[in-house]
Amino acid sequence: MMRYQANAFKRQANKALQDTTLQQALDRAQTGFVARRAKALELVDDFEHLKQQARAAKERALSEAAYLLERFECQVTANGGRVHWALDGAELNRTVIDICRQAGGRRIIKGKSMVGEETGLNPALEAAGFELVETDLGEYIIQLAQEPPSHIIAPAIHKTRHQVADLFARHHRQPPRTGDSIANLVAEARQQLRAQFLSADVGIIGANLLVAETGSVVLVTNEGNGDLSANLPRTRIVVASIEKIVATLEDANAVLEVLGRSATGQAMTAYTSFYQGPVQDDAAGSPQSYHVVLLDNGRSDLLAGPYRDILRCIKCGACLNHCPVYSNVGGHAYGSVYPGPMGSVLEPLLHELASTRPLPNASSFCGRCEEVCPMGIPLPRLLRQLRDRQHEQQLEPQGWRRGLGIYGWLSRHPRCFRLTLKLLRGALWLVPPPFWGQGRRPLRPAGRGTFVEQWHRASRNER
Amino acid sequence: MGHRLSVPRDQTCCGQPGYNGGHRQQARAVARSQLQLLADFDFVVVPSASCAGMFINHYPLLLADDPHWHEAALDLAGRTRELSQFLRQQQWQPQRRTSDPRRLAHHTSCASRRETRSHSDTRQLLLAAGYQVEEPANAEICCGFGGSFAAKFDRLSQRLGHQKLDACAALAAEAVVSADLGCLLHLESVAGGPRQLPVYHVAELLAPVSGGRRTP
Repeated sequence: MMRYQANAFKRQANKALQDTTLQQALDRAQTGFVARRAKALELVDDFEHLKQQARAAKERALSEAAYLLERFECQVTANGGRVHWALDGAELNRTVIDICRQAGGRRIIKGKSMVGEETGLNPALEAAGFELVETDLGEYIIQLAQEPPSHIIAPAIHKTRHQVADLFARHHRQPPRTGDSIANLVAEARQQLRAQFLSADVGIIGANLLVAETGSVVLVTNEGNGDLSANLPRTRIVVASIEKIVATLEDANAVLEVLGRSATGQAMTAYTSFYQGPVQDDAAGSPQSYHVVLLDNGRSDLLAGPYRDILRCIKCGACLNHCPVYSNVGGHAYGSVYPGPMGSVLEPLLHELASTRPLPNASSFCGRCEEVCPMGIPLPRLLRQLRDRQHEQQLEPQGWRRGLGIYGWLSRHPRCFRLTLKLLRGALWLVPPPFWGQGRRPLRPAGRGTFVEQWHRASRNER
Repeated sequence: MGHRLSVPRDQTCCGQPGYNGGHRQQARAVARSQLQLLADFDFVVVPSASCAGMFINHYPLLLADDPHWHEAALDLAGRTRELSQFLRQQQWQPQRRTSDPRRLAHHTSCASRRETRSHSDTRQLLLAAGYQVEEPANAEICCGFGGSFAAKFDRLSQRLGHQKLDACAALAAEAVVSADLGCLLHLESVAGGPRQLPVYHVAELLAPVSGGRRTP
C-alpha cells in the first residue's frame, strides 16, 4: 500500500507545482473533464431537478441505512450470494483472503475499487500469496508503475501518453509498437489483459450502488473490464462501503442520472451493470459463488453526526476536477487515498485529525466544489467544521493559533484595533521584502491613514 | 441618491479570519459585536464581496443555535448589500462617461459569484460608466487568495494568481478591476515583472464619474 503521508501535503504540492510533465498531464485531463461535464449539463433541461432527486434518494437511504442494509443482505442471500460485514479495512482484507482461499483460487483479477485502495486490499492479497492483476486500464497502468491512483475515477490521470508507452515497453514482453497513439496503447493493454481474464479464479469488483429492494450491485464502467472481471472467474467478490446503499431501483436510477454526467460528462457510461447473484445454471458457466463484502470503517459513526452530508458522496470526481488546488497539484500531493475536496473531508474522518492536518486547510473556500457537487454536499462548510475541530484539539500551528487569537480579541476592542492598524500601517514600510515570500511584491500602504481615518478627517473638514 | 451615509468608527472586522481558521467561538463573539454596531442602519453597504458574504450567508449559520442572535443575524443579512449590488439596486447613474480608455479585466471573485451573486452588477456599473470591461477566461476559477490560504500555501496561491493574471493579459487588459479587496491585495502582490498590471477596486473607477476623486 502507499505510504500515508497527508501531513506532507505542502511539500508534495510544491514539488508537484515544479513537475512540468505532471502539469502537462493535469492540464490536458482537467480541461477535458470540465468541458465534457459542462456540455452534458447543457443537454439536460433541468439538472437542478435531477440533483434534487438524486440527493433525496440518497438522503432516504441514509435515514434508514441499517434497515436497508439488512434488506440488501436478505435479498443477496435469497439470490444465492453471501454478504460479509467488515468493521474496518483489516477485516475486509481478511474476509476477501478467506473467500479466495476457500475458493481454491490463486489468480485474481480486479476491477477498479476505491474501497480496495482504502483498505490496502492489493498488497494484502499479494502478501497472502495471490497473483493479482488490475483490469481497469488506468489501474493497470498504475499497478505496473507501482503507484497509488491520483484520481478517484481516473487513476492514472497524472501520466502522459509517453510515460504510459515507456511503462508498457518495459513490462510487456512483445515486439515494439508502431507508434504511441492512444489506440495502440489501449490495444496492447487489452491483449495483455485478455489472457488474465481467461485464466483467473477469482474476480473482485467495486460497486457504485447497492440496491436494497433487489439485492443488486450496480457498477458503471466504460471499458467493460468490470463485467469481465465479475463474470468470467468462478468466484465473484464485490467490495463496497455501506453508504452505497439505496432503497429501490428507482432511487438507483436517480443517482445514475447525475453520476455519469458529473463524472465524465456522459448521460450514461458505456456499461451499467446490475449483478444479482451467482449463475444458477451450471451449464451457463461461471461464476458459481458470489460474495459481497461491506465495509464500515467508521462510516456508521458519521451517520448521526455533523459530517453526515459527506456520506451522500457518489465518488463522481467533479469536485476534484473543478478544484483549483487539486487541478494544480494532482492527487498524489494529498498523500491520502481520496484526494481533492471530498477527500479532504473524508480522510480526516476515516483516519485521525492529527495525521491529516493540512487537508482541511488545503482550500481557498472558493466554493466551486459545492457548486458542482451533484449531491449538494456543502464541502466548504464541512472543511470549516474540521478546522474547528483541529483548533479544539490544538492541532494548528502555534503561530496561527496565537495570531488569530490576538486578532479576534482586537476585533472586539475597536480602540485597540484602530491603534494596532495605525501602527501596522507604519510598520509596513519597515517590513523587509523577504517577509512577503519569494515572488511577491512587498505591499506598501496607500493614502493617508486607514479608510476610516480618511473618511472622518474628510467629514470634519466639510463641517 | 438621498441616503445619509455613516462609517462607524468602531467597526473592526467581520470575523472571517477566525471563522475560517477554526476559531468558531471567537468568530461568534466578533459577529455579535458587529451585529450590535450595525443594528440601526437601513442598509449596510460593504465594499468587498467576501465580507458582505460573511454577513449575508455565514452570520446566520454561525449563530444558528441562539434564537436571539440568529434573528439579529438574519435581519442584518437582509439589510446587507455588496457595494455594486447596492448601487445597481439604487439605480445609480454616472454623472458623465469615463474618459479612461484602458481595457479592463474584471476579476469576478468567488465571493461575488457564489456568496453575494453580484458580479454582474459590478460589470453593469462599469459598462454604464463607459469602461471597456471584459471577463477573462476561466473567470469562475479562484485567483488563489482565500485569506490564510495565501499564507499557508504561498506557492500554490501565487501559481493561481499568475494563472489569473495570464488570463487577464490574454485579453490585452491594461488593468484589473474587482469588487473584492482580498483578491486585489493578492493579485497586486503577485503582479510583478513583465505583468505589472495595476489593480483597482470598482469604487476607484466609479468615483471619478460620480464627481468624486480621480482614479489613482
